[in-house]
Amino acid sequence: MVGMAVSGTPEKILSARELGLVACTRCAKPWPLGTPTCGRCGHRLTSRDRMSLQRVWALWLVGLMCYIPANIYPMLKTRTLFQVDESTIIGGAVELAQYGNWGIAFIILFASVAIPLGKFLAVAFLALSVQRGLTTSQRQRHFLYEVVEYIGRWSMIDIFVVAILSSLVQLKTLATINPGTASVFFALSVIFTMLAAQAFDSRMIWDAQAKDEGSNHND
Amino acid sequence: MDHAATPLADLPLDELIVCPQCDATYRLRRPGHGERATCSRCHTPLITPRRNAGLQIIAVSLAAFVLIIGATIFPFLRIDAAGTSNAVSILDAALAFGGPMILLSLITAALIVFIPLMRAMLTLYVLIPVVLDRPPARHAITAFRISEGLRPWSMAEVFAIGCAVALVKVVDLADVEFGPAFYMFGALVLLIIAQDRFLCKWSVWQSLEHPKKS
Repeated sequence: MVGMAVSGTPEKILSARELGLVACTRCAKPWPLGTPTCGRCGHRLTSRDRMSLQRVWALWLVGLMCYIPANIYPMLKTRTLFQVDESTIIGGAVELAQYGNWGIAFIILFASVAIPLGKFLAVAFLALSVQRGLTTSQRQRHFLYEVVEYIGRWSMIDIFVVAILSSLVQLKTLATINPGTASVFFALSVIFTMLAAQAFDSRMIWDAQAKDEGSNHND
Repeated sequence: MDHAATPLADLPLDELIVCPQCDATYRLRRPGHGERATCSRCHTPLITPRRNAGLQIIAVSLAAFVLIIGATIFPFLRIDAAGTSNAVSILDAALAFGGPMILLSLITAALIVFIPLMRAMLTLYVLIPVVLDRPPARHAITAFRISEGLRPWSMAEVFAIGCAVALVKVVDLADVEFGPAFYMFGALVLLIIAQDRFLCKWSVWQSLEHPKKS
């Protein structure tokens, strides 16, 4: 791996904004500040999207609101010969653990509870840190942002499990599994938190660093 | 390059590259073979060229295209319990949310089948002319933009883990048989991961901007 800066000449990293440029976030090409759209890929150019924080908070809130009914309503409705069983996300995982399927219970709890909650906290922390103008730990915060962006989609696991189970287990009178109301809310919650993470302008994490010297850990 | 001593601000825009994640600006320097250019501030990969990457991605996308169609049509899973059986395709699974939840069915079908399919087609459409040294296809820039925008919404590999979890839940209840689509889907997941790893976005944008004239 090579760093982009020429090795051996430790120069201060300048942002495009400090150079009077605005860069396309999609294709990495710089343009003079004030150019409305990227001449290469047609993406809308904004040097720093201050409005992005409002979008982040709006989408974050919708995601959180959807996450509450997702945990209250049943995710799966299982009907076997003698009983009808409605289980919520957490209830289903606890049941699995009781039958000894610790691994699967862990995956479900991790993907459907730990990741979504962690994402809500992480996105809120990132947005607040930018709003407050936090100048420390840029590297860690950027890493956190990348983790959030990467991991968000994996929360959809539970929706796919419900989809497979409820299409597959349709054994007439013997047993049927049907999706519960929570699945809709859960899917919406995942989608809105993904959108919230995408709306966040990660370049703002680095803005306060400009004066900070010694940021050049080049290989 | 003889520009090495020139301050960044005086360089022509064509010789700069900006990290899309953190806005750090660098003098453009194409990595040699086996090298990757990463942002030295936030470690985002900027240029990741590979020898014959274009041809490899075309091959992978073509295979993915065929496999997605195959995996969608053939039976995926089948269960048996006490004389009753039920077989489903991937599309059946995606469309499991009926009635008032039909919207969710459409979303899952898109995430598992249609978005991966569309990305494979768009990638072929954009890359085939580029690799053959032809001028880019019409609207290739829009096509590549859509393909990149859809990247986080292509969830075949998430579905694969979902399958594993669902199977563990069903195994206690009934006997499960894997259909041909199951194995196709397994191969597909690996191909989709490869498709994303091989692709150097910057090189594609560069070749769409400066098509070779032949």
